[in-house]
Amino acid sequence: MEHQTDNRNKRTLLITEAKRFVSFLLSEMKPKGKLVTPFNVFAAVVLATTAVLLVIRFTKGLASTTNLSQDFPWGIWIGFDVVTGVAFAGGAYVVTFMVYVLRLEKYHPIVRITVLNGFLAYVFYAGALLFDLGRPWNVINPIIGNSFGVSSVMFLVAWHFMLYMIAQFVEFSPAIAEWLGWKRIRKFLGGLTLGAVIFGITLSTLHQSGLGALFLMAKSKIHPLWYSEFIPILFFVSSIFAGLSMVIFEGSISHKVFRKQISLQHHLEHDEIVIGLARVCAGTMYIYFFLKVLVFIHGQQWNYINTPMGWWFLVEIVGFVLIPVRLYTQAVQFRNLPLIRFAAALTLIGIVVNRLNVSIIAFKWYAIERYIPSWMELEITLGVIVAEILVLRWVVNRMPILSDPPEWARPRPEVTRETRFVPKEGEEKEWVTINM
Amino acid sequence: MDRRNFVKTLSGMGVAALGAERAEAEDKSEKKEFVGVLVDTTRCVGCRSCELACAEAHGFPEPDSSPEVFAKERAPSTVQWSVVNRFQTERGEMFAKRQCMHCNQPACASACLTKAMLKTEEGPVIWREDKCMGCRFCMLSCPFDVPKFEYDSPMPKIQKCNLCWDRLEEGKRPACVEACPAEAIKFGKRRELIETGRALIAKEPTKYVHDIYGESEAGGTSYMYLASVPFGQLGFRTDLETIPYPELSKDYLYAVPVVLTLWPAFLLALSNATKKESDQENHGTPDGQ
Repeated sequence: MEHQTDNRNKRTLLITEAKRFVSFLLSEMKPKGKLVTPFNVFAAVVLATTAVLLVIRFTKGLASTTNLSQDFPWGIWIGFDVVTGVAFAGGAYVVTFMVYVLRLEKYHPIVRITVLNGFLAYVFYAGALLFDLGRPWNVINPIIGNSFGVSSVMFLVAWHFMLYMIAQFVEFSPAIAEWLGWKRIRKFLGGLTLGAVIFGITLSTLHQSGLGALFLMAKSKIHPLWYSEFIPILFFVSSIFAGLSMVIFEGSISHKVFRKQISLQHHLEHDEIVIGLARVCAGTMYIYFFLKVLVFIHGQQWNYINTPMGWWFLVEIVGFVLIPVRLYTQAVQFRNLPLIRFAAALTLIGIVVNRLNVSIIAFKWYAIERYIPSWMELEITLGVIVAEILVLRWVVNRMPILSDPPEWARPRPEVTRETRFVPKEGEEKEWVTINM
Repeated sequence: MDRRNFVKTLSGMGVAALGAERAEAEDKSEKKEFVGVLVDTTRCVGCRSCELACAEAHGFPEPDSSPEVFAKERAPSTVQWSVVNRFQTERGEMFAKRQCMHCNQPACASACLTKAMLKTEEGPVIWREDKCMGCRFCMLSCPFDVPKFEYDSPMPKIQKCNLCWDRLEEGKRPACVEACPAEAIKFGKRRELIETGRALIAKEPTKYVHDIYGESEAGGTSYMYLASVPFGQLGFRTDLETIPYPELSKDYLYAVPVVLTLWPAFLLALSNATKKESDQENHGTPDGQ
């Protein structure tokens, strides 16, 4: 008899806990701030328009919304959303490399926001690829089908995108566990981090370069100043400073927007972090510039320099590589944070210019009819970015991303050998302790 | 790094290696002889019977038969796999038909991540509807700009000449070859067609330029051309690689397994080397803060 009551009690307890969990989730679904703000109104309009345009795109075909043509099969949905967006998301693998492999603890405070940004960038920008695919219902073929086109660089890129998203999710998952108050799961997930990080860095090395390798077979279509067998290496190296510049740039915005979330400690450390990142940017950009010059001289391309495409090439490597790297160097030297942010913005523009050059502008530079994106392509791209920002905001306002993790999840303070064996903390019910 | 983490990372790598199998150099020319087509542009009179036969064979609308279509150089389209163009050359008016070249090692097929674009053992490059996901990487990669995409359809297909693959399987010749009244288009084994072409050039060395377009372009193609004027005057690209296009990304693909195996080992070693003493005691990772 007693045994039965015990069981019943357990069941009641379980139901109460489940109810509490559901109501917690429901309360978290609600918006946290004011609903009608200029940004929210803007976002609503953009997303509604995007939704309408996507319906048109999927019912009428790509021609209804894009300016793609037989000569230009890839437009900004690939050239900007995917090729540039993934370079911008490179900060995640660089920062996790610095923190988990090099163990530069200084950068620990920015790991979560960077990984979250990276993860969402992949989900949204690589996800936007589905809009561009003519036959998206077959997207599953290279993954589960019997059709492994293993000689395709695209096959590699597709698989690595998918696996990297999983790796990033694992890297990020402790934050979700902390949000939900799942202590034991949090501990388990934390143990996966290093493996996921190393896996993620390897995948990133390969698909960042792989995005460049996509263009290797287009040798007879890309202007010689941009075509080189070193495109994969150039794409990889530039993804390092593209990603970090994005971290700097995005950080300067989120520090304003999410001011309340950020702990005092983090605030104080942030300048040092930014200066450190800028130093890494400068270093890799010098390497990149050197590589660019090397490729240029090796390719014996002097005769192209005094042509319109040559001038444009100079704009790219002087205006958007040499000048920002010089600014970075100077800004680091004088600890000038506004200048660092300016250099980061200039670098980001440079990455857009470079990726669009390879994928669109220098692609079939000889064609008479050029591809210029339609307003609808731009609008849908904007919609993807807005959607990503909304999800980012939702997560940052709820999970410990910029804010400190809950007490129980913080690393224990350094203990000496004598006092190490402290008694375990008392058995607490898992999601009762949430105080958000 | 403890053993558990090592095994975890390693098993992850195994999965990733799927994406990095050895690049196949898809040269099947030695297994079975490729068929091909030799177009003698000196014989072509521009009657466009081949265009009509092509449309009939593949169920496309009848092409516009007026001579005005020659005013502009046309490329094959989503409703016309084969087109004839007119050129003003140093030896007067000339015609040349354009369609898929059916490369020995096609860029499009090696670009395809679902093997929708397939180089058959017999030679024709075919496209398979049920595999394709519409990424258009084949279009980007094809040095001849042949594959065309139905941008105006919600269920778009890639359209390009398949060398009458279905007719070949029935033992027939391609429709355009059968339709040509001037016998300008010859069908046969690729190797024999090269011999025929060379013999024709040798027989009339002043009539032909001493070159067969497609013998070495893009590493060799199944469609090949003879002409009396330099091929550039007939709208052909003469600046293409003479190596097969998949070779261009082969080095990269070969580097992939190297990176996949060496990079994690290096990173693990580095991570171990930077470990502080206190971390080693805990054998844990820096907390995912």
